[in-house]
Amino acid sequence: MAYVAVKGGEQAIDAAHAWLAEERRGDTSSPALSVAQIQDQLGRSVDRVMAEGSLYDRQLAALAIKQAQGDLIEAAFLLRAYRTTLPRFAHSKPVDTASMTIERRISAIFKDLPGGQVLGPTYDYTHRLLDFGLLEDEALATGAVAAETDTAAMPRVPDILGQEGLLEPDTVCDHEPGDLTRDPLSFPAGRDVRLQALARGDEGFVLGMGYSTQRGYGSSHPFAGEIRMGEVSVEIEPAELGFAIDICDLVLTECQMVTRFKGSKTVPPQFTRGYGLVFGFGERKAMAMALVDRAMRAAELGEDVTAPAQDVEFVLYHSDNIEATGFVEHLKLPHYVDFQSELQNVRRMRAEVAE
Amino acid sequence: MTDRVPVETSRQRWMAILARAPAERLEALLIEAEGAPEYTVLRGPESGLVMVRGRAGGGGAPFNVGEMTVTRCTVRLDSGLVGHAYIAGREPRRAELAALADALMQDPERMERLEAQVITPLQASQAARRAERAGKAAATRVQFFAMQTMRT
Repeated sequence: MAYVAVKGGEQAIDAAHAWLAEERRGDTSSPALSVAQIQDQLGRSVDRVMAEGSLYDRQLAALAIKQAQGDLIEAAFLLRAYRTTLPRFAHSKPVDTASMTIERRISAIFKDLPGGQVLGPTYDYTHRLLDFGLLEDEALATGAVAAETDTAAMPRVPDILGQEGLLEPDTVCDHEPGDLTRDPLSFPAGRDVRLQALARGDEGFVLGMGYSTQRGYGSSHPFAGEIRMGEVSVEIEPAELGFAIDICDLVLTECQMVTRFKGSKTVPPQFTRGYGLVFGFGERKAMAMALVDRAMRAAELGEDVTAPAQDVEFVLYHSDNIEATGFVEHLKLPHYVDFQSELQNVRRMRAEVAE
Repeated sequence: MTDRVPVETSRQRWMAILARAPAERLEALLIEAEGAPEYTVLRGPESGLVMVRGRAGGGGAPFNVGEMTVTRCTVRLDSGLVGHAYIAGREPRRAELAALADALMQDPERMERLEAQVITPLQASQAARRAERAGKAAATRVQFFAMQTMRT
């Protein structure tokens, strides 16, 4: 299977791109959409493009969305292409999600968890009815209310359950994690690489795989131990300084899924965990990521690997929408020579049958 | 679980504040406090990437979450003091101003004035923004009173 280089068509391509630019702009009697408007008012699209483009830069993600006419996979592709033009200065210290400035934090397993449940700016509990008020440029209907802030610590749920020994502890180790931007995927893939792939994987794919585990394909009966969203500070340690500096706050969403585990020869019955961490406010993605992370730990935990979501190669080879779109869409490119030989084959086979 | 240094040095504190300062505001505050000090740009401002890491499970082995854009700059004052800045995003002017302020803050004769006229006001705005969002979050804190009543 291969495609061939062809010449010609330059004029048609130029005309196609000119028309694309015109279509992107749309009806000029409406004001043009600014990148700042996309950044501020289409925040969830921006978050998704940053996560799947694997590049945190709200302005660039908004620009990519504008350029791609809102095609979010195309926008993520633009970000991935852009990042290759920049040198890497450093890697951060692992972010400390326990000290996140919480904007949302809920647990489905503890009603009275220390620090409380904080809903944040959520779509939960909305009625999913179209709000026709938004057809007009209405003023802010009701401003957000503010309340007295509470400085109570918000320990992560695993830190609470872990004290009883009922939850598997994190394995602390400080080896250099694998990096998909430097080394191509290889198997067996460690959990570090799996988490990186899921963090930048297609939300739809990861969601579907996560959903499949709930429906019985590698069932793990998960509970949403905790979901938290908010700002986390990023620290790097530049060589020229010799000490760590705090360079910014990023919005991240973290999910801890908790699953009952019947135990093994060496480990008593306990709860195991799946983990999700994504750029921006991406709760659906973080939850699905945590489900799939847990499913892919099947072999490590001595469970039978029977379902697609437990199959590490299957998941990791298909989670990246830039790779997937590249391979699916390359079918558009000229395959004239290939197809000629296929035609000859089919003609010969028919002739043989007819004889 | 965290790698945070136990005691934050004063330079780390001001660098964190400067890294979050909007360019126009920082420029205005610096001009008011210092006029236009002479300096040489040693490096940049240049844009690049930082790979952001997390930990599996929140506290386990590190993994790469994704990259972020950063801009860095290094400047030297005529006195020889060198200032560095790393900021999020692609804003050369903002990185240069933050590096300049970092250099100026290391000058014992200027430090106190700059702390009062530049760092303190920036810190106050950053704290105010954080408090505003924390207040909105606090208003969405849930107490399940009904559930508790039903159980008894």
